[in-house]
Amino acid sequence: MGKTGIIFRRELAAYFTTPLAYVFIVIFLVMNGIATFDMGGFYERAQADLQPFFNFHPWLYLVMIPALAMGLWADERKTGTIELLLTLPVRLGDAVAGKFLAAWVLAGIALALTFPIWLTVNYLGDPDNGVILAAYLGSWLMAGGFLAIGSCMSAITRNPVIAFILTASTCFLFVVAGSNIVLNAIPGWMPQFLTDAVAAMSFLTHFDAISKGVLDLRDILFFAVFIVAWLVASAIVIELKKAK
Amino acid sequence: MIEIDHLTKRFDTFAAVDDLSFNVREGEVLGFLGPNGAGKSTTMKIITGFLAPTSGTVKVDGHDITEDPMAVKSLIGYLPEGAPSYPDMTVLEFLEFIAEVRGLTGDEKVRRVQHVIDQVALESVCHQTIDTLSKGFKRRVGLGQAILHDPKVLILDEPTDGLDPNQKLHVRELIRNLAQDKIVIVSTHILEEVTAVCTRAIIIANGRIVADGVPHELESRSRYHRAVAVSFSREFDLRAALEGESGIADIEVRPDEPRSFTVVPEPDTALFDRLMTLSREQDWPLEELYVVRGQLEDFFRRITTPDRQAAAAAEARQ
Repeated sequence: MGKTGIIFRRELAAYFTTPLAYVFIVIFLVMNGIATFDMGGFYERAQADLQPFFNFHPWLYLVMIPALAMGLWADERKTGTIELLLTLPVRLGDAVAGKFLAAWVLAGIALALTFPIWLTVNYLGDPDNGVILAAYLGSWLMAGGFLAIGSCMSAITRNPVIAFILTASTCFLFVVAGSNIVLNAIPGWMPQFLTDAVAAMSFLTHFDAISKGVLDLRDILFFAVFIVAWLVASAIVIELKKAK
Repeated sequence: MIEIDHLTKRFDTFAAVDDLSFNVREGEVLGFLGPNGAGKSTTMKIITGFLAPTSGTVKVDGHDITEDPMAVKSLIGYLPEGAPSYPDMTVLEFLEFIAEVRGLTGDEKVRRVQHVIDQVALESVCHQTIDTLSKGFKRRVGLGQAILHDPKVLILDEPTDGLDPNQKLHVRELIRNLAQDKIVIVSTHILEEVTAVCTRAIIIANGRIVADGVPHELESRSRYHRAVAVSFSREFDLRAALEGESGIADIEVRPDEPRSFTVVPEPDTALFDRLMTLSREQDWPLEELYVVRGQLEDFFRRITTPDRQAAAAAEARQ
C-alpha cells in the first residue's frame, strides 16, 4: 500500500474539497430514485427485490462514471502537476492505482448511500438480502470497470470533455457487447470464437449474473482482470504521452 | 555528484538535447542558460526522471536514472517550470502531502513542514487554498515543496519567472543559502541572476553546450570586456580624437545619448590608462570615464544566435 495509500487519500480528499463529490452523489441518488420508482415500476411489480434498481445501473454509470473519470489524468496534464507527481519518489503504478481507487471509493460511497431503498424493500416485504448484497457488489465492480476505462481515456487527452466522450462511447460498447447490435455487426465469415469472445466481454451478461445473486468466481474475475488491464493500459498511455 | 554522459533526447526527428555531457559537483550552483527551446527544460526533465532519454546516461550520486529512478528521485528536489501544484489544496495540506510521499512521518514531518513554511515565508497563507494565491506565493509553495526533504540535489526550472523584484531578490538569497554542500541547477534567462547566484554557468543552444565556465570568465569573453565608457559635457568628436590610436576595435555611440561613447578594445588590450592620459593631454570636456564590466548578455547573444553573429561579421568587413 504505502505510496498508493497516500495518493489515494489526497485524491479522495480532493473530491470532497470541491463540489464534485457532492454533485456526483446527489445526482446519482436522484437519478436512482427516478429510475427505480418511475421508470422501473418498483411498486407496480409488487415484488420484494431490487431488480428495477440494479437493472438501471449500467445505463446510469454510462453517464455518471465518465464524468467522474474524465479529470483523473487530463487535469493532471493540464495543470502540469503530472510532472510534479511523477518526479516524486512514486511509482507510476502507485499513482494510477491511488487515483483509480479514490474514484472507485467515491462511486462506492454514492452506491452505499442508496441504502434507504434497501430499507424500504425490507420494510415492505421480505427480500433475499444475500441477492441484494451480491447485486451491490456486482454494481460496484461494474463501476470499477467503467472507471478503469475512464482512467485510460483521461490519460489519452488533456481535454476532459474529449475524455468524457471517449469513455462514454467505449463503455457503451462494452455494455452492449453481448447484444445483437454488436454481434450482428460481426460478419458471418468471422470465426465463431471471435463472436464468442466479443459476447464474453459484455458487462451486461456478467452483471446480470451477479445481480441475480449468482456470485460466480468467473464473473468477479472478469471485472478484476478487466480493471487491471485497463489500468495497465492507462500507465502505458501516460508513459507514452507525457513527453508532449 | 551528477554525471551526464552523452545525453540525447529526440522528439520524432528533432533533437531537443543533442549529445550533452557534463558533471556537477557538490557545492556548485549551476546556472543553466539558453534561449527558449534550447533544451534546458528537457534536460532537467530527464535528470529528474520525468522523461526517458533517447540515449546516454544520467547518474546522480552513482544511481542511474533509468535503472534506479526511485533512488534518484528521493535525492532530488524539483521545481518544474511554472511551479505546478494542486489548486484545491491549502498550502499546509499540499506540503504535508509532499512530505508524506517523501516518506516523512510524525514529528519529523511536522518539523520539516514548519521549517519550510518559515524558510519561504508562507505562514500568512498557510490555510489558504493554492488557487487563491498570487503568482509569487505559488512560486514559493513550489519552492517549498522542492526543499521539503532537504534534498542533496535541487533542480529549479525558472524559479524567479514572473516574480516582482523584491521576490526575486528573496528567492536568490534563499538559493544562495541553500547551496552549501548541495548541488543546485537553476535554469533562467535572466542573466544578472547567473552573476548573482551561480558559481558556474552553462549556456546551451539547440541542445548543445556552447559555453561552460565561471560567470565572471564568460563575461570576460564578451566584446565589452574592459571596454571604456566615456561621456562628455558638451558635443565632442571622440572618433576624431582617437584617430590613429591602436588597439581600438570599435567606438560606439550609446543609443539616445549622442555625447556618450563606449570604446571597445581589441582582445587583451587595456585602454583605460591611455584614454585617461589622452583626455588630460587633449583637455577633453570629460564628464565620465570608467571601465565597463563584460556583459554576459552580449556574450550570450553572440554565441546563441549564429545568424546574428554572421551579420555582425559581415558588417565589420564593410
